[in-house]
Amino acid sequence: MATPLLEVRNLVVQFPTRRGTLTAVDDISFHIDEGEVLGVVGESGAGKSMTGAAVIGLLEPPGRIAGGQVLLQGRRIDNLPYEQMRRIRGKEIGAIFQDPLTSLNPLYSVGRQLVETIQTHTDMSPTQARARTIELLTEVGIPAPERRVDQYPHQFSGGMRQRVVIALALCVNPRLIIADEPTTALDVSIQAQIIALLKRLCREHGTAVMLVTHDMGVIAETADRVAVMYAGRIAEIGPVREVIKNAKHPYTHGLMGSIPAVGHDAERLEQIPGSMPRLTDIPQGCAFNPRCPHVFDRCRQDRPDLIPVEDSRVSCWLYDRASGPGIEVAKARVASTHADDLQEAADV
Amino acid sequence: MVAFVIRRLIQSLLVMFFVALVAFTMFRFVGDPVHQMVGIETSMEEREALRERLGLRDPLIVQFARFVGNAAIGDFGLSYQHKRPVAEMLLERLPATLELSLVSAVFALAVGLPMGVYTGLHRHGVLSKFFLTISLIGISLPTFLIGILLIYLFSVQLGVLPSFGRGSVVDLGGWRTNFLTVDGWKALIMPSITLGLFQLTLIMRLVRSEMLEVLRTDYIKFARARGLADRAINFGHALKNTMVPVITITGLQLGSIIAFAIITETVFQWPGMGQMFLLAVQNVDIPIMASYLILIAFFFVVINLIVDILYYVVDPRLRVDTATANGHG
Repeated sequence: MATPLLEVRNLVVQFPTRRGTLTAVDDISFHIDEGEVLGVVGESGAGKSMTGAAVIGLLEPPGRIAGGQVLLQGRRIDNLPYEQMRRIRGKEIGAIFQDPLTSLNPLYSVGRQLVETIQTHTDMSPTQARARTIELLTEVGIPAPERRVDQYPHQFSGGMRQRVVIALALCVNPRLIIADEPTTALDVSIQAQIIALLKRLCREHGTAVMLVTHDMGVIAETADRVAVMYAGRIAEIGPVREVIKNAKHPYTHGLMGSIPAVGHDAERLEQIPGSMPRLTDIPQGCAFNPRCPHVFDRCRQDRPDLIPVEDSRVSCWLYDRASGPGIEVAKARVASTHADDLQEAADV
Repeated sequence: MVAFVIRRLIQSLLVMFFVALVAFTMFRFVGDPVHQMVGIETSMEEREALRERLGLRDPLIVQFARFVGNAAIGDFGLSYQHKRPVAEMLLERLPATLELSLVSAVFALAVGLPMGVYTGLHRHGVLSKFFLTISLIGISLPTFLIGILLIYLFSVQLGVLPSFGRGSVVDLGGWRTNFLTVDGWKALIMPSITLGLFQLTLIMRLVRSEMLEVLRTDYIKFARARGLADRAINFGHALKNTMVPVITITGLQLGSIIAFAIITETVFQWPGMGQMFLLAVQNVDIPIMASYLILIAFFFVVINLIVDILYYVVDPRLRVDTATANGHG
């Protein structure tokens, strides 16, 4: 098998606090292939943004990578000196952040910010960089780029600013883009445009994307594979159709049930009772066990690792050959769960 | 932009008008000017004649109009005590105060700004903590005490710097400057430090807190994610965004430096306007007091105007009214 573009092995991200060390990302492994879009979903605090920040080496102190490895095209990048990692950021791994509206420096024209980024990573002359900037603005669909290039961020609407941010992330053709909630701050009608743009540009340039979001709709539309995170761990990872239509982890199943869909005949939305545990009191065993309708003894004692089931991998003891009831039974059980059962489980 | 400057100019004129009003009322309510000007043995007739000659019998409005009109052309009347034109006396003293203020401001900015940036960038560094502790002293010690301590240390104990006066000055067509002699520079050192220390600590703390604020913003994170060099991020993106409040405070502080040079000038016997003002207060020399008031107000107004124009230069968002017309998308 070819070396994946990005490989994350047993990544652990910790925050030392006054009351002890919090583990925000707990021993997760995944990979992203060239040109692939990996969606990362989960509730707030599940560790998805933290994973993205760890990959590009921009964890906010005091957060730090406490274990594991991050490999870009087979080369370890998590332990690089700051200056070397800086050269990778922007050039090989681009990033789009949570709030695109505040991602641009208000005091510099968008052109200047683009030119600056291009010149940081290439040997282009100012004239060449400017020409490339106008080309990029055209590519991301900004009308009259020759005029707009000298304007300031406040003169652009939210959607247009987001297009500029995408141009900035893509300006020196990185191999991978980490997009952290790229559409959350935008109007719904603009969200679709931006996602379509991102998808088109990445396909044209063969750029891989790690798309961090809590919006399953965006994932369904965009991603090739999806990783579902819960309390700092990956609950389930697999091809997007498989995970959405055929969720194997009880948490994923509950998550999918909670998405409203037009034309869906469900009378009411399902919800997962309870809430994700805080990082300070993650239960022993499987982190989901207090909310899980299928919980059994082993779930309360040991942490499950990812177990391959069909095309996906699931961290759930139901699918374990030794302790589970068998894969078919497990699948059937999870699939038949309804809100009422979930409620019962929570009441117990 | 032009409309903005004109609007600002009109506001400035209004401010100057009110200051003139306050200055004028001093003449009316702080004692009888004629009383101040003449000796005990002057007869009542002579006093009345002088009153007539000075126009003190005219209606208030007329007197005020005359006062403003004269002030506008730089005629502030005669000093009661010295019997010389006040404008002439102020002009004589102006260079000393302006040079002292300028050197203090440059000192405060040149030292305070880098210290602020440094303490902002290296928040937990030992040197940062040291600077912050030292700055507390600068903020809490009264100016005259710092001056006296400096004199004690460098003039009395070490004997390296003069304890008073301007030293030797060079006359450049009426403007007597300290800047052209070693002696003059030596005389400037202690008064400038005394006058600028408070401003220095203020600027340092302001720049530090603004830097900390700006470094947390999304655009700085995004700049890092784009792989820009630290230098470009810290000094290009971050520092520029701290400039608007820093310009405001520095500008206002420059006004304060000129106004509050009074104390420093007294401690160091610096022959500037502040010292003259204090002497005038002691002698109830109202024309000098009134003119000083107007002159200081004028400095504040001019500095404010410059500060406002600088905002325009630094922050494109303020140019919004002229710019959005051609490009909303």
